[in-house]
Amino acid sequence: MTSPTAADLSAPVIEIDHVVKRFGEFVAVDDVDFSIGQGEFFSMLGPSGCGKTTTLRMIAGFEQPTSGAVRLDGVDVSKVPPNKRDVNTVFQQYALFPHMNVFDNVAFGPQSKNVDKATIKKRVTEMLEVVRLTDFASRRPAQLSGGQQQRVALARALVNLPKALLLDEPLGALDLKLRHAMQFELKRIQREVGITFVYVTHDQEEALTMSDRIAVMSDGRVEQIGTPAEIYDNPASEFVAGFIGQANLWPATVTEHTTGTTRVTALGGACLGGSCGDSTLAVGSMATLMVRPERISISLTQPTSETGVDQSVNATVSDLAFQGPIVRLALEAADGSPIIANVDPDADLPLLRPGDSVWASWTQSAACVLPSAPNQQPQLLED
Amino acid sequence: MTAAAAPSRFRRPRRENGGDDTGVAARRWFTPWLLIAPGGLWLLIFFVFPLFSLGRLSLQDGGLSNYSTVISDNSTVIIRTFVYATISTLAAIIIGYPLAYVIATKGGKYKNLFLALVILPFFVTYLVRTLSWKILLFDNGPVVGILQSIGILNDSQGILGSPFAVVAALTYNFLPFMVLPIYVSLEKLDRHLLDAAADLYSSPARAFRKITLRLSLPGLFAGTLLTFIPAAGDFVNSELLGSDRTVMIGQIIEKNFGKEFFRPELSALSFMLMAMILVGVIVYARLLGTEEIA
Repeated sequence: MTSPTAADLSAPVIEIDHVVKRFGEFVAVDDVDFSIGQGEFFSMLGPSGCGKTTTLRMIAGFEQPTSGAVRLDGVDVSKVPPNKRDVNTVFQQYALFPHMNVFDNVAFGPQSKNVDKATIKKRVTEMLEVVRLTDFASRRPAQLSGGQQQRVALARALVNLPKALLLDEPLGALDLKLRHAMQFELKRIQREVGITFVYVTHDQEEALTMSDRIAVMSDGRVEQIGTPAEIYDNPASEFVAGFIGQANLWPATVTEHTTGTTRVTALGGACLGGSCGDSTLAVGSMATLMVRPERISISLTQPTSETGVDQSVNATVSDLAFQGPIVRLALEAADGSPIIANVDPDADLPLLRPGDSVWASWTQSAACVLPSAPNQQPQLLED
Repeated sequence: MTAAAAPSRFRRPRRENGGDDTGVAARRWFTPWLLIAPGGLWLLIFFVFPLFSLGRLSLQDGGLSNYSTVISDNSTVIIRTFVYATISTLAAIIIGYPLAYVIATKGGKYKNLFLALVILPFFVTYLVRTLSWKILLFDNGPVVGILQSIGILNDSQGILGSPFAVVAALTYNFLPFMVLPIYVSLEKLDRHLLDAAADLYSSPARAFRKITLRLSLPGLFAGTLLTFIPAAGDFVNSELLGSDRTVMIGQIIEKNFGKEFFRPELSALSFMLMAMILVGVIVYARLLGTEEIA
């Protein structure tokens, strides 16, 4: 699958070349290796402690890799201090200079570079227009709301027209509504200035909404890199499947490989198949079958092949919850495994009650067979 | 139904006697005054009143000419006092700022230990601390001996009684007052601001000038006041470690107030010292632009 926004990686802006970062005994970043293209909105996504911020700080120059190299436009900058690197950062807590007004905050970078006054004034004014803060130029950071401070931080970095803008969980301090508004604002600004954005977040929804590509990280390693759709529809591991969106993850045993399909037994002996995932798993080995809750439909009788679904299991309703746009159904398969299905509240279903027997079904293309995560109980992971 | 007739469900029902509510309001209004009353009264009786008497006394007999008289009589001492106070304040900044900076930024888990060491001299009386310097700087003492042996002083030269001894002791005595406020302002400095400055192409030197120094100005300002004011009014250091060549205003006031208690000229001298410090402080605050920082 190719994304319409897939970046040109023949001449990447940033190259992370087998980078390892150790703090004493602790390995924060473990052999991370990827490239980011010109104009790309690239996210590093993962739980706290996964190494995403450390990787970002190595791109910015605040940390140096223990081994490996960081290259900007093909030049190794691993040992170059931050003030001599042509990238700028938007910090988590903004780190605006409290003793300067908005204009002077934004002008700080160009002033360090000894740009002449008239040019500084022109560029700062333009950038304040881009972030829509023209009327606030003479205010102090303390006199601004969280969202406005965020935009000052953005303008202060972007005014330097860096090779890449690095953003460290920039929306973390904002409330939900403002966060959603800022997600679109960030995309708009990125389109306007055309600069590469490297975005660190632990919020999967944020990463899915804004990114051209996402690197999902865990324990200092990159689990998967791909477009939001690739990562969502075709996760490479149980961790990725569970971390991005909701997923049913059932223990399964691989029985057979056919063209494009891995057959497994799961959910108490049902013969099921998966079209995506790892097709190299040995027959007889333990695996995990993954199906997204919204891909599961519910019926009272076993669906026939005319309905288009080709996978179905009998299950018992254990709980229902109305969640606005969806109804969340908790089912129990014959072997006791939980099945979560998100169904349309308008779906043509009789009034279900706990204890009712139903059929949960899906198409094989919605199912993935993934390698089992070691030492981890199969479970329903959610955000 | 008119608004006035609407039952006020959301308001507290008025009590029968009606006066109780205003009583609560009055008490609330009075609370801050009640809280500042003891301190205010104390200052009124023991600060404002004596100061007022002193001011009135300074204008007796000769009126304003008392001032011109004390200024012309003591011009050398006045200038010397301010020069000593200024030099010792500058020295305290030069010694104290790096000290505070290192404790605040590199102190780690030893921060409190270092701070305790800075404050340690305070556990000894001011007078004893200063007297101990007399032993240190004595003509046959260790410091003079070392300086003579390496040739900085010749054999007939001493330190005791020199301006150097007085200024050095002033610096030493008021150094903690400089270190502590600077430490406080550096301690609360957000390290991310320096990351941000570096990220925005600032060299460490520029980041220090534009961020660290600027944001520690309130501490520097407070430290300067706490050092300069007592140094300018001091009468102990010069008395114990100085000589006739190092007399400061404080000594003149202290000596003569003992003997000729109600002398208008002395009151004028005291008042003038206060006024000059006040003017100095205001000018300094303006130059530093401290009111802008807050």
